Amino acid sequence: MVHADNPRAVAVRRFSFGELTGRTWFWPVAALALIFLVDAVVSPGFFSIRIVQGRLFGSLIDVFYRGTPGALVALGMAVVIGTKGIDLSVGAVVAIVGAVMTNLIHRDFSPVSVLFLTLGAGALCGLWNGFLVAILDIQPIIATLILMVAGRGIALLIDEGLIVTFRSDFFSAISTGQFLTVPSRIIVAAGTFLALWLVLRRTALGLFVESVGANSAAANLTGINAKLVKIGAYTLSGLCAGIAGMLICGDIRGSDSNNAGLFMELDAILAVVIGGGSLVGGRFYLGLTIIGVLVIQGLTTSILVSPLPFQFTMVVKGVVVLIVLLLQSRRLRESIVGLFLRKTS
Amino acid sequence: MKDRYLPLVATVTVFVLVFAVGAVNFKHFLSTNVVGDLLTDNAFIIIAAIGETFVIISGGIDLSVGSMIGFVGVVMAHLDVMGWHPLASGAMLIAFGIAFGAFQGIVIDFCEIQPFIITLAGLFLLRGSCFLVSLESVPVKHPFVGDFADWHFDLGGGGRLSSSAMVMLVVLVAGILIAHFTRFGTNVYAIGGDPASAKLMGVPIRRTTVKIYALAGFYNALGGVVYALYTGSGYPLAGLGDELVAIAAVVLGGTLLTGGVGLVFGTLFGGLIQGLITTLVNFQGTLTSWWATIIVGVLLFVFIVAQRTIMTSFMTRRAI
Repeated sequence: MVHADNPRAVAVRRFSFGELTGRTWFWPVAALALIFLVDAVVSPGFFSIRIVQGRLFGSLIDVFYRGTPGALVALGMAVVIGTKGIDLSVGAVVAIVGAVMTNLIHRDFSPVSVLFLTLGAGALCGLWNGFLVAILDIQPIIATLILMVAGRGIALLIDEGLIVTFRSDFFSAISTGQFLTVPSRIIVAAGTFLALWLVLRRTALGLFVESVGANSAAANLTGINAKLVKIGAYTLSGLCAGIAGMLICGDIRGSDSNNAGLFMELDAILAVVIGGGSLVGGRFYLGLTIIGVLVIQGLTTSILVSPLPFQFTMVVKGVVVLIVLLLQSRRLRESIVGLFLRKTS
Repeated sequence: MKDRYLPLVATVTVFVLVFAVGAVNFKHFLSTNVVGDLLTDNAFIIIAAIGETFVIISGGIDLSVGSMIGFVGVVMAHLDVMGWHPLASGAMLIAFGIAFGAFQGIVIDFCEIQPFIITLAGLFLLRGSCFLVSLESVPVKHPFVGDFADWHFDLGGGGRLSSSAMVMLVVLVAGILIAHFTRFGTNVYAIGGDPASAKLMGVPIRRTTVKIYALAGFYNALGGVVYALYTGSGYPLAGLGDELVAIAAVVLGGTLLTGGVGLVFGTLFGGLIQGLITTLVNFQGTLTSWWATIIVGVLLFVFIVAQRTIMTSFMTRRAI
C-alpha cells in the first residue's frame, strides 16, 4: 500500500529490501525475532517446552502466560488509539475491577454473577471515558486522566484501604488453571482476540473505527455515527481492562488497589505503538499489537533468564523501545540511508 | 477582562474557596504556618510543573517528570557518598536534565514521533537507571542538607518561608519572564496554537522544540534536587507518578492541554490546590488519604468541563 502510487514497484515484483522494511509488520516482527534469537543464544533451554503436572511449561510459554493481562489491555487500547484517542485509565480500571470483584466475592455472589458484574464495572468505567470524549468532546488524554487520577482512590475506597484477599476456585481456575495442558488465561486472551478480530475485521466495524480516527467529521458525513463508535471503543477498552483485572486478581487471590495494573497503561500504549499503531489515529492492528506485547514481555522474560541482574529490566526496556521507535521513524531511516548513499557515490 | 485571564481567575477562586473551607472548619488553618508548609511541601512538584507548563502550552507533553525527580535524587545521594558537595552534584544533574530534555526535543522534532511516546521511553529509561544506581533509599549526609532546611524567612505568626519555597518562587518568576517577555516564549505559544502557521510565520520549530524540552528538563532536574535536599535522601521510587500530579497542576492552573493557551502563574495555584486538598484531608483526620485523590479527580473533571465550555463559547464568538 505504501508503494501503490509508485508504478515501478507494482510492476516489478522482485524482492526489495526497501519495500520489505517499508511494511508495517516488518519492524515489530524483526524486533521480536531478534529478542528470541538473543534468548536462544543466552539461554539454550528457552524454546524447550515440556509438560509438567499436566501443563505446558517453558520460557516461551511463560512469555505468553505473563503477557496475557497486558495483551488484553493493549487490544482495547489499540481500538481506542485507532479512533485517534488514548485511554490512560486502564491501570486504574484494573484496580477498580479488582476491588469490585473482591467485594462481590465476599458478599457471596455466585461466580457467574460476579463475573458479569465485574466485567460490567469495567465496561462502565469505559463508558464514562467514552461519554467524556464523545459527548462532552474533551480531549482523550485529559478525559481519561480524570479516571486515572481518581480511579485508584475509588478502588481504595471500595477496599477500605486494605489489601483484601479471597478464596474462589472459579476465578483461580480462570486465571491460573489450565485446560488441556494450555494455561486457561491464554485461552481467555486468545478467545478475546478472536472475538475482536471477528467483530472488527470480518465486519465493517474496524473500518468505521479507522475512518473515525482518520477524520471524525468526514466519517460523520459519510453516515458513520462517530460518537457511537468512540463510545464503543472506550467501553471496549474498559471491558478489556476488566478481563485483565479479573485475571490479575485471580492470580494473587486478592485485590491490591495500590499496585494492581500500575503502569499498565504505559506498557499497553507502547505495545500498540510498537505494533505499528499510530497515535494520530486512523489505523490499528490487532495481530501486531499482540506482537508488540510479546516484544515487551519477551524482553522482560529474557532479562530474567539472562545473567543480567533484574534491575536492568526497565533500562533495557527503555532502550529497546527507543530503538524500535527510532527505526519506525521514516524520516530517520531515510536520512541514514541518504548518509550512506552520499558516501558511496 | 481578557479571555486569557479567565481560567486563572477561576483557579485562584477555587484556591481561595478551598482555603476558606479549611479556615471556617479548623481553628488553626488560617495561619502563616499552613501557608509556609503548603509552599514548602509542594515546592518540588510546582517547580517540575512549571517546566511541564511550557511543554503543554507548546502542545506537547512530558511524562519523564517523576522519573527525573527520582533519578536526580538517587544520583545525588550516590555522589554524596563519594564526597561531592550537594551543590556541585546538583549543578551537574541539572546540566544532565537539560541535556536529556534537549535529546527528547530533538527526537520529537526530527523523528516526528509523538512527545507522549518519546517521553514515555524517557520515563522508563530514567526510572530504570534509578534501579541501576541503587535499590534502596540512600541518605544525603552532607551538612549542607541541614543548612538548606534551616535557612528561611520568618513570615510572622510562626510560619516560615523555607529555602525550597524560595527556590520555587525564584524559578516561578523566571518562568513567567521567559513565557511572556522573550521571543522564545512567544514562539512557544505560537507553536502550541497552530504549528503549521507558526512555521509559515518563520518560527524556528526545531530550535524552539529542543529548547522547550531542555527547559522542561531543567525544571524537572531542579525539582529533583529540591526534593532530594528537602527529604535529605535519594530513593529509587521517589517521584513515582508525579508526572500526573504535575500535569494535573498545569490543567488545574488553567492551561489547555490542546496547547497555545495558558499561564505559568496559574500552575503555582494548580499545584497549591492539590497540596491544599491533601492538607485539608489531613486536618479533617477521619477522612483517609485516598479521598484526596478522588477530590482532585472531581476537581479536574469540573475544571476540564468548564474550560471546554469557555473555549466553545470563545470559538463561536470568534467564528461570528
